[in-house]
Amino acid sequence: MRALEIAGLEKSYLTPDGEKHTVVRVPEFALDAGAHIALQGSSGSGKTTFLHLIAGILAADNGRIRIAGEEITGLSEAERDRARAQHIGYVFQTFNLLQGYTALENVTLAMRFGAGVDRAKAESLLERVGLGDRMAYRPRQLSVGQQQRVAVARALANGPQLVLADEPTGNLDRTHAFEAVDLIREVCRENEAALLLVSHDAAILDRFEDRRAFTDVNQTGDGQQSGMAGAGA
Amino acid sequence: MSGILLMVRRSLRHHLLARTVTSLSTALGSGLFLAVFSLSAQSKQAFEGVPSGFNAVLGARGSELQLVLNTVFHLETSPGNIPWSLYEEIKGNRLVELAIPYAVGDNYHGYRIVGTTPDYFDKVEYREGEKFKVRGRFFDPLRRQAVVGSYVAQQMGLKLGQIINPYHGLTFDPSAIHADEFHVVGILEPTNSPADRVIWIPLEGVFRMSGHVLADGSKPKMSEAIPDEYKAISAVMLKLRRGGGMQLSQNINRRGNVATLAWPINRVMLDFFKKLGWMNDVLRVVAYLVVVVAGAGILASIYNTIQERRREFAILRALGARRATVFTAIVSESAVIAGLGAVLGYVVYGAVLFGAASIIRTQTGVVIDLGRWHDTLWQTPLGMIGIGALAGVLPAYKAYSTDVASNLIPAS
Repeated sequence: MRALEIAGLEKSYLTPDGEKHTVVRVPEFALDAGAHIALQGSSGSGKTTFLHLIAGILAADNGRIRIAGEEITGLSEAERDRARAQHIGYVFQTFNLLQGYTALENVTLAMRFGAGVDRAKAESLLERVGLGDRMAYRPRQLSVGQQQRVAVARALANGPQLVLADEPTGNLDRTHAFEAVDLIREVCRENEAALLLVSHDAAILDRFEDRRAFTDVNQTGDGQQSGMAGAGA
Repeated sequence: MSGILLMVRRSLRHHLLARTVTSLSTALGSGLFLAVFSLSAQSKQAFEGVPSGFNAVLGARGSELQLVLNTVFHLETSPGNIPWSLYEEIKGNRLVELAIPYAVGDNYHGYRIVGTTPDYFDKVEYREGEKFKVRGRFFDPLRRQAVVGSYVAQQMGLKLGQIINPYHGLTFDPSAIHADEFHVVGILEPTNSPADRVIWIPLEGVFRMSGHVLADGSKPKMSEAIPDEYKAISAVMLKLRRGGGMQLSQNINRRGNVATLAWPINRVMLDFFKKLGWMNDVLRVVAYLVVVVAGAGILASIYNTIQERRREFAILRALGARRATVFTAIVSESAVIAGLGAVLGYVVYGAVLFGAASIIRTQTGVVIDLGRWHDTLWQTPLGMIGIGALAGVLPAYKAYSTDVASNLIPAS
C-alpha cells in the first residue's frame, strides 16, 4: 500500500507578463505507507507548492495524485478538503496554530473536520509530545518549541496516512530543530503515518535515511527559483 | 456544527469589545423597535378599553372626543353644560340602565374635583364585577365631604379627616381658592383607572360652591333647595341597555343643538387613534430605520475584522474546513451577535415601556399592562437574528473567498 503516488504532476502560473511559468513538474514520485522521506530544496524551489498540491490546497493542472489509494486530483474542492482532513496531517514552518484557541482546542478543532472529536486521543497526543501540563495554554503562552509540538500533535489528530512537514524546524535553533524532527519521526512511526519532509537545511536532512534533492523530484528545468510568489517556498 | 460553534465562540471572545458594543447597539435597536410597536398597540388597547363602568356619555353639543376625554379620562375641558332636565329625561329613558351626573369646574392643586351622586359609588361597576372600595366612607350628598382617588391621596398626602379647599378652574391657580372647606371622609382603593386621579364631592357641593352661579345667573341660597330648572351639569355618564345605543344616538345627536351623545366610548377612542395613525406610521418608519442601522453596525463590525482573520481562515481550510464551513461560521457569528442584542433588547424594551407606562399613568390614569404578551415580542428577536445573518453574508463571502495558499504564511 502506497501512502502517496504521483504521476505526471504539473502546476503552472501566469507571470505578470502573461507568460506561463511551470512551478512543479513531477513525472513520478511515490511514498510507501509508513516511509519517511526528506526532500532538500532551497527557498523558492516550489517545495511548498508541491506540498500544497499533495494536500489538495491547490489544484493541479495535470497529473494524478493518490493519497492512501484515493485519487484527489479529480475531486472537487470540497471533496479535497474532506480528503485532506481524513488522510493528511500538515506541519507548517510557522506552525499556523490558531491564536484564540488552547493547545487542546487546536488539536480537537482539526478532529472536527476529520475523524470526529476524540478528546482522550487529543490529550494523549499532547501528552506524547510533552505538553500534558500545557493543554489549556494558548499559543502565545507557549515557547516556540512547545508551539511546534502542538502543531505536531494537531497534524496527527485525525490518524493520517501521510504527514507533510514544510520546513518544520525553520523557526527553531539547531538543538531544538533536531529534537523536533526526531519527535515528528517518532510520533509518525508510532501512528504508522508516512512522512514527507521538505527543508533547505542539510543537517536536518542528514537525520533521514531516505533523503533526496528536490530538484531530482521536481523537474522544471529552470533551477531553484521556480516557486510562486507568496507561496512561501 | 460543533466546530462552527467553537469558531463563533472563539471569535466573539477574541473581539469581545467590538462585539459587545455591536450587540449593545443592536439591543438598543431591537428594544426601541419593540417599544414602538408594543406601546402603540398597548396604549391603543388600554385607551379603548379603559375601565369606567359606562359605555356612553351625554354632554353639551360639541365634540364626542372632547366629551369622552373630559368625562371618562378626566382630561380636557368640558364642552359646556347641559340642563338638569336633560339628565332627568335620559335617566328615565327605558334604553338607559344607569345615568350618573358629572359636574366639573374646580381642582385641588391641579387634580380635578368632580361633583356627582352617591350612585356613582353604589351602582357603578368600574370594571365588570368590581365596585369602588373606600377606606373611610363615601360622602353624604348633603354635606361638604370628599372622597379622594388613590393616586391623588398618594401624591398630595391626603388623609382621612383632612380639610381641603377647592381652587376654581381646571388648572391650579393659588389665587383662585374657594372659601368652601370639604372634609375628606373616604380614600378610594386603587382602581388602576382614571378615577384614581379625581376628588369626588357631592353634586350639591359644586352647585353651592362660593363663586359659582346657577343656570339663571343667580347664587344658590343656603337654606333653600335649588330648583331643578336652575341646575346645570357638565355631562351624564351612561350605561345603556343592550341595543339601546344606536337608537338613543340617533334621537339625541339629530336633535338640533341640544346635546351630544358619545357612544360607544371605545369607538370614539378608536376614531381618535385612527386620526393619530400618521404619527404611528412615522414612529414605525423610524423604528425600521433603527433596525437597519443596527444591521449595518453588525456588518461593519464583522467586515472590519475579516482582513485580519484571513490567515485564521486559511489555517482552518488547511485543516480540512470547507469554504461553506467558514461561510457558515461568519454568518452564524453575525446572527449570534444580533441574537444577543435581541435578548438584551428586552431589557431596553422593558425600561422604555416602564418609563412610558409611568408617564401615561401619571398624566391620564390609564394603566398599560407591562406583562401583556403580543406577537411582536417573538417576531422582533427572530427578525433581528435574520437581519444579523443577512448582515453577515457579505463578510462571510469575503472569508469564503480567502485564498488558502497565499494566506498560510504570516503577514509581515
